[in-house]
Amino acid sequence: MPADKPDSPTTAAEQPPALSPLLELVKARVGEFVVEYQSFRGDDRIHLDRANLLAVAQALRDDPALAFDLLLDVTAIDYLGQPDDFTTHLEVWDRNQSATRRMPLRRHELVLPPPGPHPRFAIVYHLVSTRHSHRLRIKCRVPEDDPTIASLTTVWPGANWLERETYDLYGINFVGHPDQRRIYLYDEFVGHPLRKDYQKRHEQPIEPYAGPGAKEPRRPQ
Amino acid sequence: MPDLVQKNLAALNSRNGARRGAAFDDLHTEPMRIQFGPSHPATHGTVKIVLDLEGEQVVDADVQVGFLHRGFEKECETGFFYQNIPYTDRLNYSSAILNNVGYCLAVEKLFDIKTPPRCEYIRVIGAELSRIGDHLLAVGASAMELAAFTPMLYLLEGRELIYDLNDAMCGARVTTNFVRIGGISADLPEGFKDFAIERLDRVMKLVDDADKLLTENPIFRERMEGTGHRSPEELIAWGVTGPILRAGGVPYDVRRVTPYLVYNEIDFDVPVGEHSDNFDRYLVRMEELRQSRRMILQCLEQIPAGPVNTEDRRVRWPAKRQVFGRMEELIDQFKLVLEGGTPPAGEVYHAVEAANGELGFYIVSDGTGKAWKCRCRSPSFSNMSILKHMLIGGQLADVVPTFGMMNMIGGECDR
Repeated sequence: MPADKPDSPTTAAEQPPALSPLLELVKARVGEFVVEYQSFRGDDRIHLDRANLLAVAQALRDDPALAFDLLLDVTAIDYLGQPDDFTTHLEVWDRNQSATRRMPLRRHELVLPPPGPHPRFAIVYHLVSTRHSHRLRIKCRVPEDDPTIASLTTVWPGANWLERETYDLYGINFVGHPDQRRIYLYDEFVGHPLRKDYQKRHEQPIEPYAGPGAKEPRRPQ
Repeated sequence: MPDLVQKNLAALNSRNGARRGAAFDDLHTEPMRIQFGPSHPATHGTVKIVLDLEGEQVVDADVQVGFLHRGFEKECETGFFYQNIPYTDRLNYSSAILNNVGYCLAVEKLFDIKTPPRCEYIRVIGAELSRIGDHLLAVGASAMELAAFTPMLYLLEGRELIYDLNDAMCGARVTTNFVRIGGISADLPEGFKDFAIERLDRVMKLVDDADKLLTENPIFRERMEGTGHRSPEELIAWGVTGPILRAGGVPYDVRRVTPYLVYNEIDFDVPVGEHSDNFDRYLVRMEELRQSRRMILQCLEQIPAGPVNTEDRRVRWPAKRQVFGRMEELIDQFKLVLEGGTPPAGEVYHAVEAANGELGFYIVSDGTGKAWKCRCRSPSFSNMSILKHMLIGGQLADVVPTFGMMNMIGGECDR
């Protein structure tokens, strides 16, 4: 429950909260790569620099004490114009400030906020271990001008479709992906609809039907 | 998997050469490409599979989804939390209450709300009823696609009986919109227990009839046994969950490994297969039907009396009489309509065991009444990604049972 008095940031910085048992394990194994540990409502998550993602993923899968063998989900978050990722003021329950932070959305035009100080996108991975049944979330920030991150298809083949979906809806490029093409939308679609600067009401022209066999499905090389 | 394709082609060519004699060895052949779907009478679900065939053998497959993409996640970012519940009905439209429960549990985890025990029992009853309905449809439709028409009629009649129970619980049959954040829309009606027991007995009788018609049916077994095989290690690596993973012998069930609601207070078994083929997937589903009935009967026995909605003022909709008569409830109503109930900022992931596997909702909140991001981890989508590798190397006729046991639900896979 939110505290009655707002946390002062100094005390939070001086006394970091104790890590959960899983995060202690992760810290012992890949602690040198982890930027930040967070636990909220029993969910453990770690923040990584995107350069270290592949090495950490490999270690998390292969370590017998962790054994994260099942990749549940890959997705992205668009923090367009946000000052932070909402977590530094976890217990402050300030509705008015939050309401003004939300961007004004008019019917047919979108007023974009100025860019925030942090990288715009975050790529989120959800892992679970079928042996130990514990769960972990990994977050990597990715800037707007270079939205690339290493593909995890070599570690978990199941990342294939999930990364294709993230590419389709957010425009994140996964370096090393064997077959990166759109999965939900058609090839002629312009833009990436789950980005915050893509209007919900935006319409795209209808592609005329080209006739049977005129458009062979694209295949990976 | 080019090496697999090469191996299959080599085996095929050697076999054909031996049969036809050397005169045909230099006959020029090339794979034939056929389009399976998007709307095919032998598939339930809108999906397109581009198959490369060498004779009857599948040498390459490209599974294309997205024909039912409706922008569920974009919609969820523009509505209040409670306004998104009807959208979740349309994810897996054959087990709507399960999706309601998954979404509401994720939102309640974000709000840090504990619902009353009676509500949790009713949610389990609704969720297991949905699971029965979903498995009945999956097995029935797959049997029909293998030309067994009678069991499909039996099983769909059973699903109608389940819909009658849905109807008694919430007034709707298919898209239920039953669960609320912090509670449910209505308590169980009077006499529900006897009604449910009677209906479930009839359903199980139909299931037994279909079981007799299918499980020992030589044609059905010929087409199901040994097809669509993948090893358990591959299934895990591809992110497969649910009955398909359990048919491979991995006892991963979210209800068991991370219990939610009251699943740790009731007794049930997690059936697992051993061959990891289509027939084991069918058997696991048939056993889960019986386990779900067992869970519902226990819940009906153990269910306590009491309220079904939380008293947390952030999400509780006050009764209309109090809204018109009291100041605090009037303010609560105003706040809920205008602001939608504001959770603390943060992000949560909550998973439930849906009919096809792990259904997870990942909600990122910035502290307002609307989600900054609402992500649905749908089981069908991850399960479908391995379909290509189940098909390659098999016969064209194996596409139908493999895809049928995949039980791809378009609304959930394409969102």
